[in-house]
Amino acid sequence: MEDQHIVTAFDRDLAELNRMIAQLGGMAEQQLATATRLLDARDPAPIDALIAKDKELDALEFLLNERAIEMIAIRSPMATDLRRIIAAVKIASVLERIGDYAKNIAKRSRVIIASETNRSDSISLTRMASLVQQMLNQVLDAYATSDAESAIDVWDRDQEVDQLHTSMYRDLLQMISAQSEVAEVSSHLLFIAKNIERIGDHTTSIAEQVYFLVHGSLPSDDRPKADDSSGTNLGSQKKR
Amino acid sequence: MSDNPQNKVKIEARDVQVFYGEAQALHGIDLDLNANEVTALIGPSGCGKSTFLRCINRMNDVIDGCRVAGTITIDGQDVYSPEIDVVELRARVGMVFQKPNPFPKSIYDNVAYGPRIHGLAQSREQLDHIVESSLKRAGLWAEVRDRLSASGTSLSGGQQQRLCIARAIAVSPDVVLMDEPCSALDPIATAVIEELMEELRKDYTIVIVTHSMQQAARISQRTAYFHLGNVVEHGATQQIFTNPKNQQTEAYISGKIG
Repeated sequence: MEDQHIVTAFDRDLAELNRMIAQLGGMAEQQLATATRLLDARDPAPIDALIAKDKELDALEFLLNERAIEMIAIRSPMATDLRRIIAAVKIASVLERIGDYAKNIAKRSRVIIASETNRSDSISLTRMASLVQQMLNQVLDAYATSDAESAIDVWDRDQEVDQLHTSMYRDLLQMISAQSEVAEVSSHLLFIAKNIERIGDHTTSIAEQVYFLVHGSLPSDDRPKADDSSGTNLGSQKKR
Repeated sequence: MSDNPQNKVKIEARDVQVFYGEAQALHGIDLDLNANEVTALIGPSGCGKSTFLRCINRMNDVIDGCRVAGTITIDGQDVYSPEIDVVELRARVGMVFQKPNPFPKSIYDNVAYGPRIHGLAQSREQLDHIVESSLKRAGLWAEVRDRLSASGTSLSGGQQQRLCIARAIAVSPDVVLMDEPCSALDPIATAVIEELMEELRKDYTIVIVTHSMQQAARISQRTAYFHLGNVVEHGATQQIFTNPKNQQTEAYISGKIG
């Protein structure tokens, strides 16, 4: 914040709000990183701690909402200040949601690890996960520095995540139809891939909030969509 | 709160400059004010917003050493043209001040004063009717109908201000100017006046000077931000308070050191 408020307590409140977003963002990043490492490492040990930690994200989001409501009631924020507070509330809710997806990935990973099936498709999953982690990291930096261009870059990169998801979805679907004994594990993998794809979408919504914070409007063009999995069916797979 | 783009321009100010002796208070104001809208003039003390407001009904004429240049027209008619009868003008352009200033007369006479001197009523019945309808429109009738002969000064601050509004609208003005009309009122009386302004704008053009950003945001359709005798930004209130284009406007409405 380049300009200082005459009421310095307002600056302190806004700084505190930014600090809370940074903390919540850091926690969400860490949860996602831990969750996506589980399959590679085939080690279920961190799962319980990850699930327990999700409660901390929930609590911090709640606290941030309370602070934001207080600030709106007490400071009557206008213009950029108001947008910053509204954006923080929305971003916090998205980060909390990302935490939920990480938790769900961890729960499903436990089943996959226990099944001791050897999977060859975890490579694309790892690729997807690392892409989404980079995006999340970049968008949180973009928020901290009010960098709308960097946010838009994140927005654009979600296309690649969608493409990876669609191709993984097709592969897993074929696998299930070919070997019914792996259906359970493959279904969990499908959901994990979907969770990561959703985190990518949520990351773009943070990017939109950063853009809104800086410009006071939402980015004009529709985000390019490359996730075709919702229209995919086995019949069409077999015909090809 | 949406502003109607069909509302036509009522007051047109072009290159309005005001000098108090050597000191220039306004540096060429260009501003279009729409009919049936509330326009809020905001800005720090000494920015010229009250000076501009007083130009519209020539209240600056009574200040020694005050000189006004440029043009202000209401419905295309130049307010400063020699043919203009200033008394007539001030009936067409009513004014409500910061501090309620009822005459030390009865409630009835406060409202009846204007219609009497402007000869608007042909009979006692007509005058009664004007007084009653003005008090009703000002939202005061129910509270004073049984004591119209009581002194205007015996009313509470909020009631006195509504009495002043009734007095201003009793002469059927086109425009009502308000110079910080709620700054001496409690939040309840303020809310009553704000509700009243929303009602009055159906018939009048309202221009209000206010130091309360929240009030400007609540009641106006358009806002003009004045700074050092210039209009820095003028636009739809919703835009000014959510996404001002000018950095100075942003600093002022956000309470920042500009």
